[in-house]
Amino acid sequence: MTARAIRRRAVSGVMTGLVALLCAAAVLPLVLIFADLLHKGATAIDWNFFVRTPVPIGQTGGGVAHAIVGSAIIVGTACLIGLPIGIGAGIYLAEYGTGRLGWVVRFVADVLNGTPSIVIGILAWTWFVRPVGHFSALAGSIALATLMVPMVARTTEEMVRLVPHSLREAALALGYPRWRTSLRVVVRTAVAGIVTGALVAVARIAGETAPLLFTALGNLNFSVSLGHPMQALPLQIFTYATGPFDEWHRLAWASALVLMALVLLLSTVARWATRQRYGTR
Amino acid sequence: MAPADAPARLATQRLTALFGRTVAVREISLLFPAHTVTAIIGPSGCGKSTFLRCLNRMHELSESGWVTGSVLLDNVDIYGGSVDPVAVRRRIGMVFQRPTPFPTMSIHDNVAAGLRVNGRLPAASVTAAVERALRQAALWDEVHDRLDSSALALSGGQQQRLCIARALAPEPEVLLLDEPTGSLDPAGTQRIEELCHDLKRRYTIVIVTHNLQQAARVSDYTAFFYLGKLIEVGRTAELFTKPAREETEAYLTGRFG
Repeated sequence: MTARAIRRRAVSGVMTGLVALLCAAAVLPLVLIFADLLHKGATAIDWNFFVRTPVPIGQTGGGVAHAIVGSAIIVGTACLIGLPIGIGAGIYLAEYGTGRLGWVVRFVADVLNGTPSIVIGILAWTWFVRPVGHFSALAGSIALATLMVPMVARTTEEMVRLVPHSLREAALALGYPRWRTSLRVVVRTAVAGIVTGALVAVARIAGETAPLLFTALGNLNFSVSLGHPMQALPLQIFTYATGPFDEWHRLAWASALVLMALVLLLSTVARWATRQRYGTR
Repeated sequence: MAPADAPARLATQRLTALFGRTVAVREISLLFPAHTVTAIIGPSGCGKSTFLRCLNRMHELSESGWVTGSVLLDNVDIYGGSVDPVAVRRRIGMVFQRPTPFPTMSIHDNVAAGLRVNGRLPAASVTAAVERALRQAALWDEVHDRLDSSALALSGGQQQRLCIARALAPEPEVLLLDEPTGSLDPAGTQRIEELCHDLKRRYTIVIVTHNLQQAARVSDYTAFFYLGKLIEVGRTAELFTKPAREETEAYLTGRFG
């Protein structure tokens, strides 16, 4: 083997090793976080954890049912508000957004996408909490929906754009009006991708804490009223982790594990939906 | 320059198609007699597909595409001010080079797709129309027992015949085929060519192809396009055996294109 060939092999080997190392460095945090959560949180998880509300300080065995239900209500309401707006805006951008208005909407969505969530939380407080005079779950949902809309709009736009132009032409050539082509053929073909984008957005807002601090506030009791403060898993973690009691810390770890598992589950479902879309059947 | 021995179903008059300021097809006047197959041949980029897309007002949907001149369908200009392009496309069906089944729909729903555009139809008449279209497209025997499965489960040739069935189901008057066998194997190509013979009894067909043998096999008339212009048109047998123009002969004998 010539010297040059040996050098090439060496460089190739070093580079491959380097890339593998960087790849491991990228994956490592997730593995470490999940391992640590399992280690510290799993012991606190039992049936009571899911069905009971907190017990008075000093006792053990309480649960976070109120936070789990609260998260579901707050995130669910955020979806009811945010998904139709986001998906509608995304379809508009992809199908009709070539003009000036499209440019403006796209720009606003990108800026909103980059806005820190705590800023959204403060704005939600000034608009929906202060005028009413008290914190409410609904204000939290609105703040989360605001975070959701630009994310969902942009992924929806991309997914609709992925639909081959030939399908659009085929529908138009059949005598479909344009709006019907958009809905019956283009959007329907992109639906798996749109669902994936929506699930990713749900996973992201499910873990948001900052916007909820100023809006839903948190609640140590079980509440299902949108007009009043409500507990959510990220708030629960925040309160318990910063509290002084060991029992609280244990529950914070367990709550973090549950939240993480939910996000992981959503991401996995999203992945699965994407696979269906690009699969060869 | 037009065959005139049968009443024309479709005719173009000085039809010019442009992309912005670029002329793709210049001042074409052609007649398409009822119940005939007319082939449009020519080298790549000669404007034959663009011309075809003008005939059902699809060209204007292309980026910066526009048209001057007129296209007469039963003596009415489809580019007239009061004509709805969507209604035109329901009367003039089109099949593209690559099969374009709607991936989210079953075989049955693909064929029925164009039927429901005009409003709800009774289920029985949809079923009947789907069967009729699939039979006309010579696909019925292969799919009648799996109408509810995905259209993507079909082979390429079957998908293309499905697209033909989809175009036929609303009973158009004219059928435009844009290189319909361009992405098919020889067996699939043969099926589609046989179809052309059967279908011309009911429809007026215009087929774009860059396969000369195909034009010779399926068409009654052939028009030769070159550089966006109509060079020559005539009965297929005559155009292929004794072309009047030098360019036509050069193309037919393989000296260019």
